[in-house]
Amino acid sequence: MTVGIIVFPGTNCEEDVAYALDALGAETVPVWHRETSLDGLTAVVLPGGFAHGDYLRAGAIARFSPIMAAVEKLAAEGHPVLGICNGFQILCEAGLLPGALIANRDLRFICRPVHVRVESTDSVLTRAAAIGQVLTIPLNSYEGNYLPGPEAARPILRYCEADGSVTGAANPNGSSDSVAGIANSSGTVAAVMPHPERAIEPFMASTDGRVLLESFIAASEAASLGAVDG
Amino acid sequence: MRAVVTITRRSDIADPEGATIARALSDLGYGEVGTVRVNRTIEVSLPGRDREYVLSAVRGMCDKMLANPVMEDYEIEVFD
Repeated sequence: MTVGIIVFPGTNCEEDVAYALDALGAETVPVWHRETSLDGLTAVVLPGGFAHGDYLRAGAIARFSPIMAAVEKLAAEGHPVLGICNGFQILCEAGLLPGALIANRDLRFICRPVHVRVESTDSVLTRAAAIGQVLTIPLNSYEGNYLPGPEAARPILRYCEADGSVTGAANPNGSSDSVAGIANSSGTVAAVMPHPERAIEPFMASTDGRVLLESFIAASEAASLGAVDG
Repeated sequence: MRAVVTITRRSDIADPEGATIARALSDLGYGEVGTVRVNRTIEVSLPGRDREYVLSAVRGMCDKMLANPVMEDYEIEVFD
C-alpha cells in the first residue's frame, strides 16, 4: 500500500506529510504534478503550500495540472483522497469538494494551534476518531475561510473551544459554520485546513494529528485490499 | 483584439479589503464614500480574432478558470 503525495511548484509541506505518514507506518512516494498516472497507488494526499504561487486564486491553476485528471479518476474509483490546507483549496477548485476558500475574516495570516471537534467519523480522515473528540492542530493559512457553494458541504471537523463548544470566538477565520474540514458524501474525499502532519510527535504542538492520519492510512489499506466502490 | 475581464467578489460575500479601504478613505476626509470593493482585472489579447470569437472564447476561459462561480462574477469588455 503506497500513498502518493502530489507535489506542485510551490507545494511546501510534502516532506512533512511524508515524514508523518512514514512515522505512522505508511509508504509514500512523491508525485510531480506533470505526471499523468497514479497507477499502483492506493491513495493520494494534496499537501499544503502555495501551488503555482496561488496565482489567480489558491488552487485555481493547480486544478489543471496534468496529474489532476488521475486524481479525479482515483477519487471516482472511491480511493482515499486527502487535501490539507492548500490541498483543500485545490480539491474545491477541482470540484471534488463543494465550496471555496477565501481570505480570513480579519485578513491576517493565522499560524497557531487551534481546537477542532470531530463532527463525523464517516470519512477517510476521521474514521478512527470519536464524534465530539476535540483535537488541537496547527492552522497555517491566509485563505482558510470556507464558503459553501450551492451544494451543501458535509463538515467532518469544526473549530471549537478547548471544551468542544463551537462558538464565534473559537472560529479563527470566519469559516462558514465554523468548518475546518469537510468530506464528500461517501467520505472518500476529505480535506482539512489545519495541518495534522504537524501534530504527530511529542515535541510538536500536540500529537492529535495522529488519529486523523491513522484514519487515512487505515482507509488506504482497506482500499488497497480492494474494498472500494467501483 | 483585447478583452478586459473584470472579476468581482459576489455582492453577498463580504470584502474585508474594500471595507478597510473605505474606512481609511473616510479617515482621510472622504466621508462621502459609501462602499469600496476591490476587484481584479485580467487582460487577454487574441490577435487576429473578431469580436464575437473573443467574447465567446474569453467567456469560456472565465467559466473554466478565470472566475470561480462560488464566489465571483465577471464582466467582459472587448477592445480593438
